Amino acid sequence: MVENRPWVTFFSHAVLILGVLAVAFPLYVTFIASTHTLETIMQAPMSLLPGDQLVENFTQVLTAGSTKASKAAASQMLVNSLVMALVIPLGKIAISIISAFAIVYFRFPLRMFFFWMIFVTLMLPVEVRIIPTFKVIADLGMLNSYAGLTVPLIASATATFLFRQFFMTIPDELAEAARVDGASPMRFFWDVLLPLSKTTMAALFVIQFIYGWNQYLWPLLVTTDESMYTTVIGIKRMMGGGDSVNEWNLIMATAILAMLPPALVVMLMQKWFVKGLVETEK
Amino acid sequence: MAAVSLRDVRKSYTPELQVIHGVNMEIADGEFVVILGPSGCGKSTLLRMVAGLETVTAGEIAIGGRVVNNLEPKDRDIAMVFQNYALYPHMSVYDNMAYGLRIRGLAKDDIAARVKKAAEILELGDFLDRKPRALSGGQRQRVAMGRAIVREPQVFLFDEPLSNLDAKLRVQMRAELQTLHRRLGTTSLFVTHDQVEAMTLAQRMIVMNGGRAEQIGAPLEIYARPATTFVAGFIGSPPMNLIPAKREGRDALLGVRPEHLEPCAQGEALMTVDVDLIEPLGSDTLVYGHLGTNGAGARVAVRLHQSVDARVGHLPVRYDPAQAHWFDSASGSRIEA
Repeated sequence: MVENRPWVTFFSHAVLILGVLAVAFPLYVTFIASTHTLETIMQAPMSLLPGDQLVENFTQVLTAGSTKASKAAASQMLVNSLVMALVIPLGKIAISIISAFAIVYFRFPLRMFFFWMIFVTLMLPVEVRIIPTFKVIADLGMLNSYAGLTVPLIASATATFLFRQFFMTIPDELAEAARVDGASPMRFFWDVLLPLSKTTMAALFVIQFIYGWNQYLWPLLVTTDESMYTTVIGIKRMMGGGDSVNEWNLIMATAILAMLPPALVVMLMQKWFVKGLVETEK
Repeated sequence: MAAVSLRDVRKSYTPELQVIHGVNMEIADGEFVVILGPSGCGKSTLLRMVAGLETVTAGEIAIGGRVVNNLEPKDRDIAMVFQNYALYPHMSVYDNMAYGLRIRGLAKDDIAARVKKAAEILELGDFLDRKPRALSGGQRQRVAMGRAIVREPQVFLFDEPLSNLDAKLRVQMRAELQTLHRRLGTTSLFVTHDQVEAMTLAQRMIVMNGGRAEQIGAPLEIYARPATTFVAGFIGSPPMNLIPAKREGRDALLGVRPEHLEPCAQGEALMTVDVDLIEPLGSDTLVYGHLGTNGAGARVAVRLHQSVDARVGHLPVRYDPAQAHWFDSASGSRIEA
């Protein structure tokens, strides 16, 4: 800003600092709690300085889970979450880019009908169709499996729609030039559309990775076996409920572990994002 | 290289909506033919039908004696240059030119040799590693042409390739196109709405209007003897003056080019122009006005030599009757003297 108005500067900074504190403080408390023993956390007021149990707590959750409630080790849960958070976006991107390709570049009977069918499913969130979906997965014997965790969440109208919108911005002449060059439709898809969609794919990957990682309701329903728990479910299962004491130090350690991969993905892919936004290739 | 024949070529999207109404033309081997017309006249559609990007509803298109109506573009042995160049944005200049050759399965060395040769002709040697976005408009245009050249096709098809360039570059590329054609001698079909481009590039041209070929001929021949009032009004800048008149007792249109109207003494005048607009161009001066003295007559343009002092007001003019054209006012077609 060119203007020099100290009050405005002060006020806007105050608002920003408050905002940062509101977001960062709970994260800080989570981290602090993961470095103490259960006893020190339980003292009121809780210490806001790091304790000496960091290594012990993380080793405990990574290898053996909580001592009282769920015995699932966080390492296994992280693997499960990672599988889910990778298979869902990759599957979504693969399926939706091909359906968008069909809808935009081919003239087949009922093309618009199918497009609108896909579009209409945008209005149905997972929760609405969760009972029938669960029934299908259960009948197919896919409970407590990676397939059961991921397949029902792969179909995506949003991604199809996004790719369709992107393909429609690519000039028709590009497809025609490829045709004159002798490229078959699939060759055009591989050699031209796919490389041009890199940015869109990266954006979708980030969004869907976090979507997959943070899934709660669906894994809660289809996993009963501790070895199939995802991290988010693991946290829930570590809270024993009833009269047992929750081991907050371990739960918080798991929460920190659960936060790291999405944060990492966002930070790493952000570079890509910016690169994609700066280089408008069209 | 090959001759191209269009035999009663028609195109309709629905039975009611016909956009090309039967075009006939024989394009000789190595000839440079320009398809000229206003937007929406079907000129691009006609070109795209030759390319194989649009189906042919009726009639026949033959390239090198082979009917290509049902062939895919890649099997027609043509290369096309698009208006917006349609370069692959993510590929380097080299890859843009090599892509079609790779698909055809040419050997690597062969591809490299062809690309190198084309890059030399088009002076693109220093840019082969660049992406299209790092090139200027004129360079992109060259890459698009390079992509066509490396295919060594029977026919080049150009769809308004110069219309995205600024005026200066357009003149330069026009000259380069001419040189290129002289050098390669490939049969070329060039679509444009710019009559200057058409006049300067064409060996022969087709003037199209409303999906019909109004006239086919050499540029100067068309300029000298326009077949219809449309052609007379489309070619030339400013276009031919068309003045309602009587000829042998019937309504007709008298056509006189602005340069064929010359100022004269009041007594010799065949008509008087009430001048209201003057455009000095340096080499000559254009004046515009209505015929007659009351401002109610047809609007005409007169091209004056720069030495003539142009001013607003009455300007008596005459013309050589040998330079006058007559058109039927109902059909618009030329009446031969």
